Amino acid sequence: MKKSPTKTGSFHPAAALDYLPTEQLRALQLGRLQHLARRVYERVRLTRDRMDASGVKPEDVRSLEDIRLLPFTVKTDLRDTYPFGMFASPMEEVVRLHSSSGTTGKPIVVAYTKQDIDVWSSVMVRSFIACGLNEHDVIQNAYGYGLFTGGLGAHYGAEALGATVIPISGGNTDRQIMVMKDFGVTAICCTPSYFVHMIERAGELGVNLQDFPLRVGVFGAEPWSDGMRRHIEEESGIKAHDIYGLSEITGPGVGIECACEQGLHVFEDVFYPEIVDPDTGEPLPDGIEGELVLTTLAKQAIPMVRYRTHDITAIRTGPCACGRTIRRMDRIGRRSDDMFIIRGVNVFPSQIEAALLAVEGALPHYQIVLSRDKGLDTMEVQVEVTPAVFSDTVGALESLQGRLGKSIENVLGIHVDVRLVEPHTIERSIGKAKRVIDRRNANA
Amino acid sequence: MKIHQLSVFLENRRGQLNVPCGILAQAGVDIRTLSLADTQQFGILRLIVSDWQRAKQVLEAHECIVHLNQVVAIEVPDRPGGLSDVLKVIDHAAVDIEYMYAFTLGSGRAVLIFRFNDPDTAISQLQAEGINVVGSSQFQELFTA
Repeated sequence: MKKSPTKTGSFHPAAALDYLPTEQLRALQLGRLQHLARRVYERVRLTRDRMDASGVKPEDVRSLEDIRLLPFTVKTDLRDTYPFGMFASPMEEVVRLHSSSGTTGKPIVVAYTKQDIDVWSSVMVRSFIACGLNEHDVIQNAYGYGLFTGGLGAHYGAEALGATVIPISGGNTDRQIMVMKDFGVTAICCTPSYFVHMIERAGELGVNLQDFPLRVGVFGAEPWSDGMRRHIEEESGIKAHDIYGLSEITGPGVGIECACEQGLHVFEDVFYPEIVDPDTGEPLPDGIEGELVLTTLAKQAIPMVRYRTHDITAIRTGPCACGRTIRRMDRIGRRSDDMFIIRGVNVFPSQIEAALLAVEGALPHYQIVLSRDKGLDTMEVQVEVTPAVFSDTVGALESLQGRLGKSIENVLGIHVDVRLVEPHTIERSIGKAKRVIDRRNANA
Repeated sequence: MKIHQLSVFLENRRGQLNVPCGILAQAGVDIRTLSLADTQQFGILRLIVSDWQRAKQVLEAHECIVHLNQVVAIEVPDRPGGLSDVLKVIDHAAVDIEYMYAFTLGSGRAVLIFRFNDPDTAISQLQAEGINVVGSSQFQELFTA
């Protein structure tokens, strides 16, 4: 069956803010920023104390550039004030709480007023529209429902769009595939690594996603490469869009890729982006790569001022063929904090993925294992063997191993061990993929 | 004149060899002969079995990585020089051996299994020298006689 192409460039009234003339957008942003500065100064003690310490008053914010006068907010601020210390709305105005699991201690709690939920839903609607979806679509939402923002965020947005939403949540892959087929699903929301797992499982069940009406994937919650996108699109026949968001800011719907694949449009009328040097915090101009810093211009319950995301990207200002005037950011391939250092070399998992994909036939099921042997750090990249690359001779497999190792070495400049492993020995992810196992402290 | 051989990818870890062997035992497939190529990290188990279609099906159903390929089986007298006589012909034919293994049948006979880079040239040269290249059905008969 030939799949209908994704509609592009079609204007939808709910996405009108995406096309605002730049001057008008900047005026809207400034008004909101000034309001935000007053709100946090009056209501959030931590931010007020920091502003006082640097002698900054809300009325000092006279232009958008003056955002630099305001203090940064970091993740530990939310932990230190756990659970409600950064709320700017009384609990009777808060209609929902979400929380992210703390891998390093306390979790963080985020809150939403009724208006916050409406704004969140509106950016999800704009995201879905940018992916070519409308009220005729059937959206299977396989993001986890619950305290994680992905599930409910996509859910409310899909309903607000008027689409049919299937709140299946994550897990039970066989049922996901059955529902996708039986309910005539046209769009899927989940992490890209989980969708790769669905493609693989569908193959084992003897069904081909190419034969389904599925045409769009809205993938986020973890960094993924263009190689992985091509793999997904070739194997399933869908158009894969990258969606960006984080709970601290609101959840999914901070930025979305339109069909032009020229980066992610940031809904900057509500999420104001800056790029700073990750080490010094110095602002960097558009077009230069650095750490993304976001300010919530419209959030009531827990406004974030200059929140350090640790995500590495660059802001792009040139026009996009889709006609949207809001700025774009490059796809996020790495974070300033998932980088690891091995023998003095900074390594991002995305670099390993790109190197593996550069070698013919290598599919993205891999894992990086760091360990320490007699004080020396070692890095092993485990790659699952597939029927496509398996050969009968030791020489051919050793040559594959060698080419994979060489490809990584070319990128990183250090030697790594590549180990070919049997299929399904690397754990599959339902949520975010765990690409790096660091055993260096366990066996030091 | 070629016979089917299955190659199975194995990680070089304790207990791995019995994964495919156990699956074949369960399925009632008889292993006629085998060879194991190994490196420090992984191995390739090469098998010639009583029923390759069934073996491939059950192994794949258990998520083994299986490669089907064709090898050449040669029956030779089990005496000093039996192998060497065959190798001379192969050298003369300028064919490369990718790997080989062998077993004896008792009663003075042995079977050599070869993977050649150019099996067709090898077979015609061996047959021209009167060497017994064993086909699929004849190979299976060796075990039922």
